[in-house]
Amino acid sequence: MAMINLKVNGRSVALDVDPATPLLYVLSDDLALRGPKFGCGLGQCGSCTVIVKGQAVRSCVTPVSSVAGAEVTTLEGLGSSEKPHPIQKAFIDEQAMQCGFCVNGVIMTAKAYLDRNPKAAEADIRQAMSNVLCRCHAHTRMIAAINRYAKGAKA
Amino acid sequence: MKTLSRRDFMKTSGALIVTFSLAPKSALSAQRLDGASSNQLDGWLAINADGTVTAYTGKCELGHGLYTAQTQLIAEELSVPFNRVKLIQCDTAVTPDQGTTSGAQSHPTNFNQGALALAGATAREALFDMASKRLGVPADQLAVKDGVISVKADGAEKVSYADLIGGKKFNLTLNNRAKRKNASEWTVLGTPVPRIEIPAMATGQFEYVHNVRVPGMLHGQVVRPPAYGSTLVSVDENSVKGLPGVVKVVVNKNFVGVVAEKPWQAMQAASKLRVLWSPVGGLPKQTEIHDYLRNKKPTRDTYLVNSKDVDEKFGQAAKVIKATYHYPYQMHGSFGTSCAVADVEQAKATIYSPTQAVYPLRSTVAMLLGMQQENVHIIFKMGSGCYGINGADTVSYDAALLSQAVGKPVRVQLMRKDEMAWENYGLAYVIDQRVGVDKDGTIIAWDHESWAPTLGGRPGGNAPGNVITGFLAGFQPAAFAARSPAPDPTNFGNNNNAVPSYVAGTVNGRSGGTGNIRSERVLTHDVQSPFFTGPLRSPARLQNTFAHESFIDEVASEVKADPVEYRLRHLSDPRLSDVVKAAAKASNWEPRSTRGAARRTGIVSGRGISCVLYEGDNGYCAVVAEVDVNQDNGRILVKRLVIANDAGPISNPDGLKNQLEGGALHGVSRTLYEEVTWDDQKVTSIDWRTYKPLPVGADIPKIETVLINRPDAPATGAGETAVTVVAAAIGNAVFDATGTRLRQIPFTPERVKAELAKRT
Repeated sequence: MAMINLKVNGRSVALDVDPATPLLYVLSDDLALRGPKFGCGLGQCGSCTVIVKGQAVRSCVTPVSSVAGAEVTTLEGLGSSEKPHPIQKAFIDEQAMQCGFCVNGVIMTAKAYLDRNPKAAEADIRQAMSNVLCRCHAHTRMIAAINRYAKGAKA
Repeated sequence: MKTLSRRDFMKTSGALIVTFSLAPKSALSAQRLDGASSNQLDGWLAINADGTVTAYTGKCELGHGLYTAQTQLIAEELSVPFNRVKLIQCDTAVTPDQGTTSGAQSHPTNFNQGALALAGATAREALFDMASKRLGVPADQLAVKDGVISVKADGAEKVSYADLIGGKKFNLTLNNRAKRKNASEWTVLGTPVPRIEIPAMATGQFEYVHNVRVPGMLHGQVVRPPAYGSTLVSVDENSVKGLPGVVKVVVNKNFVGVVAEKPWQAMQAASKLRVLWSPVGGLPKQTEIHDYLRNKKPTRDTYLVNSKDVDEKFGQAAKVIKATYHYPYQMHGSFGTSCAVADVEQAKATIYSPTQAVYPLRSTVAMLLGMQQENVHIIFKMGSGCYGINGADTVSYDAALLSQAVGKPVRVQLMRKDEMAWENYGLAYVIDQRVGVDKDGTIIAWDHESWAPTLGGRPGGNAPGNVITGFLAGFQPAAFAARSPAPDPTNFGNNNNAVPSYVAGTVNGRSGGTGNIRSERVLTHDVQSPFFTGPLRSPARLQNTFAHESFIDEVASEVKADPVEYRLRHLSDPRLSDVVKAAAKASNWEPRSTRGAARRTGIVSGRGISCVLYEGDNGYCAVVAEVDVNQDNGRILVKRLVIANDAGPISNPDGLKNQLEGGALHGVSRTLYEEVTWDDQKVTSIDWRTYKPLPVGADIPKIETVLINRPDAPATGAGETAVTVVAAAIGNAVFDATGTRLRQIPFTPERVKAELAKRT
């Protein structure tokens, strides 16, 4: 066990954990955050995605020690039901989910990508989303929501 | 036409809605209840002292929008604002027993003249009676708005629901004759009310079962056998001794698990626990599974129809055409692995579960724990989308067994491999089809014979051994009931869509089918599966429809008929014809008698159509698929899907559209990609590298929906219609493009290339 300092959604936290613990378990268990989720534990599906230093990071395969001191943003760090972030609002407006379990990975991956590539074309966006899964297959609405956000962000 | 709100929706959604009017049906053929339900109004809803309404349902939200639609239903029937209704779903302490939320049965069960809808109508009539007495005016001279009943002639004379009965019980039984509000008066139901959960889901605030935390909760993991049939020899507890946080190693017959203080600790301990299992082997070869099914004995044989003149008709036919279709095992592969939290004490147990079946689960958990079911409390909490029996019940058992062993609350979320290697898979299938046609090319006889595997399934209320954890803990799967030869059918039913849409479905002189071919034989064989099986979205219906709708297309081509015209020629059900026509029209279908002249290289394009009356009585759907086929590498790109759907009255058009779109893409994924794999001992498709669905960023088709609204028809299911028809439409489009018929799912590039190479 070791003391690890994290900054999560703007708040500093100090935790006594096994440094090898994947970041996901710290976020979802120790900090009781609901955005990042366990989907596969293998970095394959995207459900655990958080943003660290502007990059979409799969927190289920990221040791917590590797992000010590860094700013970690989770889905709930973007906005709330009352004040959703524009990309969250786009997903709400498009009703772009069914069970909603995957939407953390979809939104966080898309946001990190569009922050770095604000002028991305739809084909590029699709490429960026090619490692993200949704088993309800709400894909068309999700792509529509991402495009809606991308257009709004450009304007 | 419908109300303004619906027209507004048409403008904004891009969906075309066509409204038909039908004579009301006296019998609600689609309505089935599989729980004890409740005939007491107070079991379904209450008017609170503040005028809000609390309603109780036994049909749960699975991501398909049912929670919102049911809330709309109650708001509509009671004429109260939508946001004044609080719906409580699936909790054995408070909600009616409505069995299992499955089989596209929630819309027919709760939105027709029964159950939740009837409770709303009964309450409304009771409230009008009370108001009539209170105001001294006959009920027919009263009107209601926003939970306030007023005298039509004098709006100042009024009384609110809260004043009439707020906080008190109705003490009434459901009135079977209570009058539902006419669809033409709807202002909430029938409109695209946004899903209640979505803002919380999009912002990471929604509480899934995965987020349930109870005081003192520990974390468990399971250690499954390495192979099918393997049994426990020994567990070396010393192998995890001293690992941080480990609380207990739990062994119960062949069930093995560990409990630790934190999730990561439980995972570490589970991976390090040394367990000796008996060696086994001998699973059938994957490449030979379809021959295995065809030859496996014993069988359970069933005739769905048998006019007993099929062989004679084949003798008279101008031509006999036949083909065989193959379908693989597929999995639910829920995106989040299954999770449950159990708190088992000496004399009572509380389980937070994503189960589709809280009451049946209560019974089987009681069996597993050796408790009275009255002492088991199951609380539904939404999990990751399920599409049938995923790991929800199994993980509830896992958590219950581990919690009982440590005497503290335990949360279990399965590892990906544990979920995927031990699922109740969707059925593999072998289907032989044969028809005879007359000199005009019209079908005069249809013969269908199929083989499908079965083992376990939904535990129901008495078979915990139907899923892996119950089996490991010592319960057997439901016994296989061999039966051969098949008895003559006694009444017509087409729950599995084994009977093609084009035959009359005549049993005992009564025709229940949707077609006009009178010479018909449908014989099915169930055989014992080497793997656990269970319902996966459109179970059996998708497999059968793939075979029927591919085959009718083959026959149409053989007799040089247009696939749309040929279907319509053999259909007798006007609503099924209507969805075919609507999909053809919306896709600008161009009639053709043969496939276009195909080039042998490069990319070629084609279109195909397919249709179904789901479960024989539970929702009409047709789809036109447009595809490109790259003949050089065998890749199929689905470019456009045009879906026409008729589920009776539309309760929420945007929710319906979302289901059709998602179902259609689920169908694309299953048609092109998905297949369970195994070696001689174990399943080898255990993650997203070895089981590859369609990713979000894939090339996905443009999807257009035509929603046919039938306000006067019974409500039917809509969650499983689109997924049922897509595979055949894609196969038919590939045939149109290339002249090559694909008869085995999935249509992988290798398989497509191999079939293309057979062209002469």
